[in-house]
Amino acid sequence: MNEFIFLYRGGMNNQNTPPSAQEMEAQMKRWQAWFGKLGEEGKLKDWGAPLQREGKHVAAGGVITDGPFSEGKEVIGGFSIIKAKDLSEAAQIAKGCPVFEAGGSVEVRPVQAM
Amino acid sequence: MAPSVHAVVEHLFRQESGKLAASLARSFGLSKLDVVEDIVHESLLAALTSWSFHGLPENPTAWLHRVAKHKAVDHIRKRALESREAEEILPALSAASHTLTFEHNFLPGEIEDSQLRMMFACAHPGIPVESQIALMLKTLCGFSVREIASAFLTQEATIEKRLGRARKYFRDHHVTLEPPVGAALTDRRPAVLTALYLLFNEGYKRTESEDDRSSADGLLNRDLCLEALRLALLISKHAEIRSPETDALVALMMLLAVRFDTRTAEDGSMVLLSEQDRSQWNQQLIETGMEYLRRSEPDVYTSAYHLEAGIQSLHVTATTYAETNWAAILGLYKQRYALTPSPLVAMHMAVAVAEVHGPQAALELLDAVPMPEHYLYHAIRGNISLKAGAVESARESFHSARTLTRNATERALLEARLASLEAGVA
Repeated sequence: MNEFIFLYRGGMNNQNTPPSAQEMEAQMKRWQAWFGKLGEEGKLKDWGAPLQREGKHVAAGGVITDGPFSEGKEVIGGFSIIKAKDLSEAAQIAKGCPVFEAGGSVEVRPVQAM
Repeated sequence: MAPSVHAVVEHLFRQESGKLAASLARSFGLSKLDVVEDIVHESLLAALTSWSFHGLPENPTAWLHRVAKHKAVDHIRKRALESREAEEILPALSAASHTLTFEHNFLPGEIEDSQLRMMFACAHPGIPVESQIALMLKTLCGFSVREIASAFLTQEATIEKRLGRARKYFRDHHVTLEPPVGAALTDRRPAVLTALYLLFNEGYKRTESEDDRSSADGLLNRDLCLEALRLALLISKHAEIRSPETDALVALMMLLAVRFDTRTAEDGSMVLLSEQDRSQWNQQLIETGMEYLRRSEPDVYTSAYHLEAGIQSLHVTATTYAETNWAAILGLYKQRYALTPSPLVAMHMAVAVAEVHGPQAALELLDAVPMPEHYLYHAIRGNISLKAGAVESARESFHSARTLTRNATERALLEARLASLEAGVA
């Protein structure tokens, strides 16, 4: 088993309109179902965490600027660590991610083994 | 068992968002209502993302309040660094004492007080009554624009405009949350009571299908009714602002709440008043409701709330549907109609007319008043036609009602009625 970082881009907390109670409930249930399924299948190494939207960007020379660093739908909203046989299986797993329902995407990156 | 995601989210949206807004508005002032709403919105979003990953926290309400407090303090700090605007946000307060006030505003007793202040502050005479009510429903009761539009029977764009103008007024006039005193305060009470009445109604007409997630209408539940009742009680218990109308409104809400559990069968289908199991009615609520009705002095005052509470009191104290004092109910409806001669009142009155003077008289009443294209009108008309033996006309009415309703439970009931009609005729 290899490990993969899932970077969730957009679709997490970049909505400009307030979510309705129904949307919020539906989204929470989708994510819980997603993590629940991965856990049961033994694919989940670490749930990871959602990230707050604000941030700082530190460049060479000590220049610090405020985030966000990219367009709303490009902002990384959270990450998880997934276990899979290879990159293609990891990508298959990512297809089931609820981030798509909110217009986001997943970047799948293999963790370089020691 | 841990509360369901559904229950927690509903609770947060319906009750906590209003409490948050009220607490925050006390620090920021109503002129910064957009900032307040942004913070509430951001806090809900933070809850959404965090809980999606980590599951529900042990105390979701405390979690939300904590996050909102952080965001509010952050906001003020940023503002203080950026500009002099901080002075405008909190005129006389230094940074230290301001934090204190802030914590203070989140204490339970203060939250209730904040909500009362907020209600009466929203009922500002500088903006039209419809806007006052829309604002209360939006900021204090967690209504979406769509839900407000549905309560007012109007378009979402209209509500957006009303809210926008109200916010602008508060901003332009630097309105604070300081409640007015004396007559200026009590002058605002009718609008506040109307908002609570609408809030309760909105919950009540949808309680039938609170677990049905398929309806597109954005289902609410009895939480909404209980919240309206809680807020009405806050006013009723407040020595300076209570009034007979407030007591009557409390009585009305309680007497309607008596039937919460008997309005739906176990399978979720709707049970009509005539078929409800009256032994299951909440006796304690009946007693308390009747007590409030007495306190409201219905012999002296005859507001719409007094009359409607009176009607409900006759329903809940009748031992059977047949033994209901329909003549007295009809008398109250006539007074109610004299107060507001609206088709909606006439529609409900027709049910009493049918019981007292027979279905033909009720149909004549319905024909005499221009009726709205409302599912309830057609449903009532269908029932009365059926009593009059006009099966074909009843069928037409039930068909229209089924087309118009947006509530799945009501639709199911109407379809059952139509099916039994088909079976009866065949």
